[in-house]
Amino acid sequence: MQSKSYSIFGGHGSKSGIEHAAEVIFTICGFFAVLAVASISIYMLTSGTPALFKVGILDILFGSVWKPDAAVPSFGILYVILTSIVGTALAILIGVPIGVMTSVFLAEVAPQKLANIVRPAVELLAGIPSVIYGLLGILILNPIMYDLELKIFKGSSTHQFTGGANLISAVLVLALMILPTVINISETALRSVPQHFRSASLALGATKIQTIFHVVIPAAKSGIITAIVLGTGRAIGEAMAISLVSGSSVNFPLPFHSVRFLTTAIVSEMSYASGLHKQVLFTIGLVLFVFIMMINVILNSLLKKGGDKNDK
Amino acid sequence: MKKNLIKILAAAGMAVLTMGALAGCGNSTAETTAAETKAAETTAGTTQTTTAAAATTTAKATADLKGSISMVGSTSMEKLATALSEVFMEKYPGVTVQAEFVGSGAGIEAVTNGAADIGNASRNLKDEEKAKGIVENIVAIDGIAVVTDPSNKVENLTKDQLIAIYNGTTTNWKDLGGADQPIVVIGRESGSGTRSAFEELLKLEDKCKYSNELDSTGAVMAKVASTPGSIGYVSLDVLDKTVKTLKLENTDPTPENIKAGSYFLSRPFVMATKGDISKQNDNVKALFDYIHSDEGKELVKSVGLIPAN
Repeated sequence: MQSKSYSIFGGHGSKSGIEHAAEVIFTICGFFAVLAVASISIYMLTSGTPALFKVGILDILFGSVWKPDAAVPSFGILYVILTSIVGTALAILIGVPIGVMTSVFLAEVAPQKLANIVRPAVELLAGIPSVIYGLLGILILNPIMYDLELKIFKGSSTHQFTGGANLISAVLVLALMILPTVINISETALRSVPQHFRSASLALGATKIQTIFHVVIPAAKSGIITAIVLGTGRAIGEAMAISLVSGSSVNFPLPFHSVRFLTTAIVSEMSYASGLHKQVLFTIGLVLFVFIMMINVILNSLLKKGGDKNDK
Repeated sequence: MKKNLIKILAAAGMAVLTMGALAGCGNSTAETTAAETKAAETTAGTTQTTTAAAATTTAKATADLKGSISMVGSTSMEKLATALSEVFMEKYPGVTVQAEFVGSGAGIEAVTNGAADIGNASRNLKDEEKAKGIVENIVAIDGIAVVTDPSNKVENLTKDQLIAIYNGTTTNWKDLGGADQPIVVIGRESGSGTRSAFEELLKLEDKCKYSNELDSTGAVMAKVASTPGSIGYVSLDVLDKTVKTLKLENTDPTPENIKAGSYFLSRPFVMATKGDISKQNDNVKALFDYIHSDEGKELVKSVGLIPAN
């Protein structure tokens, strides 16, 4: 009795069949992402634009009064947009230097044993759900901010006290949340800088720190920019954590004001909104979508320029 | 080939339907309820025919009521009306309850001119409405409690004081007999039923100056409990020891006081009919019987309201 043998080196017919099928499957998988992006773009455009024309583009984007349920509703989201820009920028300003320095520490400076403690901690930080960051913000950050607020604005009759739920709290939480992204990607970039760059610099008499700042970091620039892009994306798209710590009142983004971000504006009012109010929330989603697209395009082109320079 | 095409079309149709259903979840609740009632209508229609066919064999089933009840009115009563219609239709499969949410005034108008069986209003009826033969049937009472953090020394607020706090005129507890401590004004997001009831009862529609707009009752409770000097409002059913409940005009927000009318931060939910309940058709009578039954009272409590009697 002859046992049947199965092999991918079977007959010519089945071989070409498998090849063909695999190709088709890969193509379908490849187009799945394209389909998702295309359908999301189309959906955001179709659901976000009607309100723009009903309310008026200028009234929505440059109006500063958000009263969606008033007798004469007003849908100005200027402060919300500004909050997202200011909040994300500040989070990047705080988070990126710390993140890049940490990655330099991990890739260049730290002894192996120490790096083995810090790296898992950073990876763990990336895995913590955003709502946990929010809870920590409520329990720890908000009371500290409230103490600070009481001291700074003592006796002030014009300041509205927020109980610590303000822009600074949100920025600090965001900065903490983008750290793991920035650290992991910049570390990979720093590690991929060829060893002979460092050797050459050290041989010329540069100190270790000079080598890091003048040779290694410039060589890893494009990787670090990618880290910043992804960090920015995470910061501007975060909703859960900051909805817990920012107070969610629509105000001009000053440090001790309770503020509302683009993301939290959608999250907080979606459940009960109806009619035009709901359509405007979709428009806010569209604005957020456009923002993220713009950040990607601008930073990608920056990145490309940097890459070209390195190639020359 | 043709069969395949039909199959593909059917699959596409299914996909579109599921997408529609998913989108429906996100759509405005008024729309969803409209869709729900429509769906319920068709199912009720089919059950009607089946029960009619089975009628000869099973004689009188649980519910021999057939027809529909239309309910028009207050958006604040949406939660109650939707819950009520769902449970009622389950109990009486032959009856369809259609609920529309367009506002108290429009609801009373609809019942006055006969366009609806029941007019929902989240306020007491006006005299001129009663004069047209509309009967005020209070089915539930909505009460809102004002809470502060547990260490606050203020026990009682008057209506004017509460208004002054929420429109930003009073900003420190010392002006109200408390400690020298700024007031942190906490409220709900716009669109919330509690917020609209609170602002409506205090005539503060869109005049409130909130420092925190939180998107759930639980979040308000947590924030008030943990922030010294804060003040917030929540529905009565969630009150607990983590916060301090204030008296308003020296009255505690108890169901007894609210029913007696001495606690001002409350409003009746009225299901108005043209003429007394006894003069209505059997479907409407059955609906009111259900609301006044123990089961109905539990339902009213489950949506955070106080049963009327």
